[in-house]
Amino acid sequence: MSPSLPDGVERRSFDGRERLATRGEPVYGEPQDDDGWRPWDAGRSKLGAMLELGLDLGLDGGERVLYLGAAAGTTVSHVADFAGPTYAVEFAPRPARDLLDVAASRENLFPLLKDARKPETYAHVVESGLDCIVQDVATRGQGTVALRNNRFLAPDGRLLAAIKARSEDVLSDPADVFPDVLADLRTEYEILDTQRLDRYHDDHLAVVATPK
Amino acid sequence: MSGSNPEHAGWFTGLDPGDVEAAATAISEGETGEPQNWPEQAVQSGFAGDEDEYYSVLHEATRRATREAVTERERADDQQLTHAVSAMDDAERTANELAERLAEWAGSLERDVPTGIEGARAVASWSPETPVQERVVSLAERVVDLDAERADLRSFVESHAPEVAPNLAAMAGPVLAARLIALAGGLESLAKKPAGTVQVLGAEDALFAHLRGHASSPKHGVIFTHEYVRGTPTENRGSAARAFAGKLAIAARIDHYSGAYKQSVHDDLDDRMATIRSREAGE
Repeated sequence: MSPSLPDGVERRSFDGRERLATRGEPVYGEPQDDDGWRPWDAGRSKLGAMLELGLDLGLDGGERVLYLGAAAGTTVSHVADFAGPTYAVEFAPRPARDLLDVAASRENLFPLLKDARKPETYAHVVESGLDCIVQDVATRGQGTVALRNNRFLAPDGRLLAAIKARSEDVLSDPADVFPDVLADLRTEYEILDTQRLDRYHDDHLAVVATPK
Repeated sequence: MSGSNPEHAGWFTGLDPGDVEAAATAISEGETGEPQNWPEQAVQSGFAGDEDEYYSVLHEATRRATREAVTERERADDQQLTHAVSAMDDAERTANELAERLAEWAGSLERDVPTGIEGARAVASWSPETPVQERVVSLAERVVDLDAERADLRSFVESHAPEVAPNLAAMAGPVLAARLIALAGGLESLAKKPAGTVQVLGAEDALFAHLRGHASSPKHGVIFTHEYVRGTPTENRGSAARAFAGKLAIAARIDHYSGAYKQSVHDDLDDRMATIRSREAGE
């Protein structure tokens, strides 16, 4: 049916329920089974929801990743569990404090207190030619953020973005907001797939894209 | 110095791999236009023996840089004020909640126990004779302590707010000033908000109900607690709230960008409020 999961992500049984899981230190009170796996809650993670919904994200495991909008590190902890070097950019200090705890047990996770709208403030740290950018920023101009960070992606790299309609315009119908954001993206990206995440996250659109 | 980066250079350029402090500074303060294959360059330049070593140094350096930046931003005075006023509200709410429970409990042992914090004070002065009374009296003591903590937090806010935001504190009163800063997420974000947003801060539920088309627009949020709004008769309250919010927004901007007390903005507001209130008196 759906594309295979990346190496390092498996469906495991927790309390009798099959759930996505990665292997690593628990970070938000989730259970951990005897083999060190912990469930990845699709309701708390847009990337988790994308995997759960079977989108082809082009992830095999071991990728070099730039994660924009890492927040407290809920999702980025799972990414660092299955990916390679993972750069986590978060703008707000309070969640970044929790992100630091997540990074403490993950050697391949590099936390950065930076503004995703200003990539020049971290381009001296984050390497070029990355395999993947995960974007989950709740700011107006999400299209612009993706365009400005395009410089970090390898030519065949992927942008995996969760576009939040309410961040662009609280008043408009989400269905009217998404086309504008996609039009922005198309100036530099080829859109491979889109899907509404409503089953897990209201008013969010998942976008899979690659640089033109 | 080693912390500053020439253009088009990676964070590690010119650094000693063992100097985590300088590395953290370079990560925090450096800039460059285009990313490059930094791991490869670091290995080539001899900064790291191999990529694993590079990533290990990077891990330590980014954690240190982020920790320092987080601490610095969180220690900012407006953030401390935010914590204090939120803690004050929590202490008050919790004390009242426990006092209610206590009144229920103590009322089952004695008649005519006053309610609220006063009741807790009364119960705390009992001399317990049974194990049950011991628990009740002990709980009452906690409630009284919690109420004292609330009072201490309030005096901290009252003395601290004028230092953080002199104009805002003078105009709104220290506690309301602190609440506005807390609701906005900091003095800087408050200074960047339009007056219309300041007017309805704290009335988000009502505002979104209005935006969805279910309700009329809220006239005021937390600024309702101020005499200028609450003390104005209903028919003029919208005008009063709008005028007050407008000047509060200006006061926040002066506090953030200049920090000096400016009398004229307060005089302007007093004039405006007098005009609004005279409307009713004159008619």
